[in-house]
Amino acid sequence: MVQPPMRETVGSRNSAPRLPRLLERGGEAGAASMEPPTFVIEASRGLINFDLGAIWQRRELLYFLVWRDVKVRYKQTAIGAAWAVLSPLLTVLIFAAVFGRLAKIPSDGLPYIVFAFAGFLPWTYFAQAFSRASTSLVGNAHLITKVYFPRLMIPLSAVTTPGVDFALSLASLLGLMLWYRITPTWALLALPAFLVLAAVIALGVGLWLAPLNVRYRDVSHTVPFLVQVWMYSSPVVYPLTLVPEPWRPVYSLNPMVGVIEGFRWSLLGTTAPDRLAIALSAIVGLAVLVGGLVFFRRMERAFADVI
Amino acid sequence: MGDVAIRVENMSKAYKIARAKYRHDTLRDQLVDGVRSLLRPRSESRPSQEVFWALREVSFEVKRGEVVGIVGHNGAGKSTLLKILSRITEPTAGRAEIYGRVGSLLEVGTGFDHELTGLENIYLSGAILGMRKAEIDRKLDEIIAFSEVDKFIDTPVKRYSSGMYVRLAFAVAAHLEPEILVVDEVLAVGDAAFQRKCLGKMGDVAQQGRTVLFVSHNMAAITRLCRWGIWLDRGYLRDHGPTDEVVAKYFAAGVQALGELTFRDRLPEAPGSEYVRLLSFRVRSDHGEVTASLDARSPFSVEIEYEVLRPAAGLRVGLRITAHDGTVLFSSTDADEGEVARDPGTYVSCCTIPGPFLNYGQYFLTVGSDTPMIQSHFLVERGLAFSVEHTGGIGAHISDGRQGVLRPALPWAVRRLA
Repeated sequence: MVQPPMRETVGSRNSAPRLPRLLERGGEAGAASMEPPTFVIEASRGLINFDLGAIWQRRELLYFLVWRDVKVRYKQTAIGAAWAVLSPLLTVLIFAAVFGRLAKIPSDGLPYIVFAFAGFLPWTYFAQAFSRASTSLVGNAHLITKVYFPRLMIPLSAVTTPGVDFALSLASLLGLMLWYRITPTWALLALPAFLVLAAVIALGVGLWLAPLNVRYRDVSHTVPFLVQVWMYSSPVVYPLTLVPEPWRPVYSLNPMVGVIEGFRWSLLGTTAPDRLAIALSAIVGLAVLVGGLVFFRRMERAFADVI
Repeated sequence: MGDVAIRVENMSKAYKIARAKYRHDTLRDQLVDGVRSLLRPRSESRPSQEVFWALREVSFEVKRGEVVGIVGHNGAGKSTLLKILSRITEPTAGRAEIYGRVGSLLEVGTGFDHELTGLENIYLSGAILGMRKAEIDRKLDEIIAFSEVDKFIDTPVKRYSSGMYVRLAFAVAAHLEPEILVVDEVLAVGDAAFQRKCLGKMGDVAQQGRTVLFVSHNMAAITRLCRWGIWLDRGYLRDHGPTDEVVAKYFAAGVQALGELTFRDRLPEAPGSEYVRLLSFRVRSDHGEVTASLDARSPFSVEIEYEVLRPAAGLRVGLRITAHDGTVLFSSTDADEGEVARDPGTYVSCCTIPGPFLNYGQYFLTVGSDTPMIQSHFLVERGLAFSVEHTGGIGAHISDGRQGVLRPALPWAVRRLA
C-alpha cells in the first residue's frame, strides 16, 4: 500500500512563489491603455446610436432566431407548413362568403375571392409581423436576462419570420389567379418594394409597442384589437373606391392603404395606385420606424431590469 | 497586445424596487393610483419605489489569461456584476473597459427551445451564445461527444431527462471560445461526475490563456480553478487578491467573534413554526467559553435553545457541520438515540463533538428542527462559522500539515515482526 506523504499541501501551497498581483491598479497596467478597448460599458447617453454594425456582425443569429420560430411553429402538427397555406385560404373563403356574397361589396370588377386575397396577403403578413414584434421582447425574456446580443434582433426576427408564411401564401394566390386566368403584368416586379414597405411599417410599430409591453403587459392584450381595427381601416375586404373621394388623403394616412393598394396593382394589374397614397405610406412608415428605433434604443437599457 | 482584459472603474448599479407597503390590492386601487400619479408632478409620482444599490463604486482590473473567482453572500452583487460585464444590463454609474470578445454563461441552456431536437438546439444555443455557424459545424462532433447524449440527438429536448439536458447545454457552452468567459453559478446543477467533467473543461479553458470570471458558492471549485479572488459584500468590493487569501478573509468575516446567534432580542424574526421557535444557538469550547475559535485537540459543544409552543410528536432538533468548500461533514439530531418527548416550554439541546476530530480550518454550523416526513420547523443554514485551530500547548507552533477535513485520534498498534 502506497500512501502519499502526509506532510505536504497545507504548507506547500503557501510556499509557492507569489505571482505579481493582478489586481493592482495603475503601474504596469498603463501599457494596456495604448490599445483601445473592444467595448466600453457605461450608463448610455444620447439619443442616436443605432449600432447597426453589430447587427450585421450577428446576422447569423437573425437567421437562427427566424429558423427557430419557423420550426417551432409547425412542430408536432400533422400537416405542418400546409397550415401556412390553408389558414389564409380559409379566411379568404369566409370573407368571400360574407363580404362578397352576402354584403355584395364591390371588388374592382375582379372575382371577389382573388380581390380579397390580394389584399389579405400583405395584411396577414403585416398583422403577424407587427403583433409578433410587439410581444417579441417579453416572449424572449429568458434570453434578454441571460445573454447579450443586439436587442434589435428580436423584433427584427419577429418581422422576418412571417415572411415564410407570406411566400407560401403568395404561391397559393398565384395558383388561384391561374385558376381564374388572371395573368400578372410587369407591375409584379414592384411587389418586393411593397413587401419591404409593409415590413418597415410593421417593424416601426413593433419597435414602439415591444418596449411598452416590457413595462406594461396591457399592450399584449391590446394588440389583437388593434389588428382588427386596423384591418377594417384598411382596404382589405373592400376597395379603396368605396371610401368617399374627399376623405381619401386622410384615409391614406394609414400607411397600410398604400401597401395594400400597391399589392393589388402589382398582382392583379388593377388601376395604378394613387401616388399620394404611396408617398404617404412611405413617409409615415419611415417616420414610425425612425421614431421607433430611437424609442427602442432609449428603452433598451432597462429591458433586463424590468422584464 | 495589452495585458488588461477587464478594467472596472467606480461601477455602481441601482435598482428601483417596489415597496410592499404600497402594493395595490385591487384593480380599483391601481387605477385610482395610476390616475393620481399621472396628475401629480413627476418627482412625487412614484412613492412606491425605493432605490437599492446592488453595486457601489466597485473598481478592479483583471489581466489577460487570469481566472478570477468572485465570492460573496447572496445579494452581494456578484450576479449583477456579471450581468453588467456581459452587457445584459447597464451600470447606473461608472464604467468598464473590456478588451476582447465576451462570452457569458449565466444559465444552463441559454436559448434552448424545448420543442427543438438536441441537434437543433446545439445550433440555436450556439448562435445565441455568440458562435458562428461554421464554428458550430466544425465542433459539432466534439460537442455531441462531450454531451454523451448522441443517441438522443434527434429527440426534442423536452423529452430529455434533466441530466441529459444539462449535459447537452453545458457541452455547447463549453465549446464557446471567447477571449473572456463570464460564468455564473452554473455548475450547481448536474450530477457529481458531470460537474467534475465541467470543472475539468473550465480548467482547460484557463490553461488556454483565456480570461475567466467565475462566480460560485463552491469554494473548492473557486480555490482550485481561480488564482485570484474578488470578494463582494453588499455591493462593495471588500477585498481582492490571491484566492486563498480572499477566501480566508471571506470566511474569517463570517466567523462572528461571538460564536453565538440569538433571536431572543428580536423574537418576531425568530425562525420557527406554530410548534417550535428557535431562540438561540452557540458554539461552546471545552472550557465553557462561547467562542468561534476552537482548539483542534479538545471537544466542543453546540447548544440550541428553542421554545416548544405546542406539543409535537416526533419533534427533533439537529445540526450539520459543513466544511468551507461546502462538503457536508456530518449531521446529527437529538432523536438519533430515540425520540425525546417535549411538552410546551423552553429547552436546550446540547451536542458534544469530540476532539481531536475536526482538522484545522473553517467550518459552518447549520441548525434545524423538524418532524420527520411531516414538517420542517426551522432551518438556519450556515448560521454560524467557526474555526478550528491549534492553540497553545507544546508543539502547537508546528503545523504538521496533515490533509483532510478530519484529524481524529485513532488507535494504532506498532509491532515488531522480525
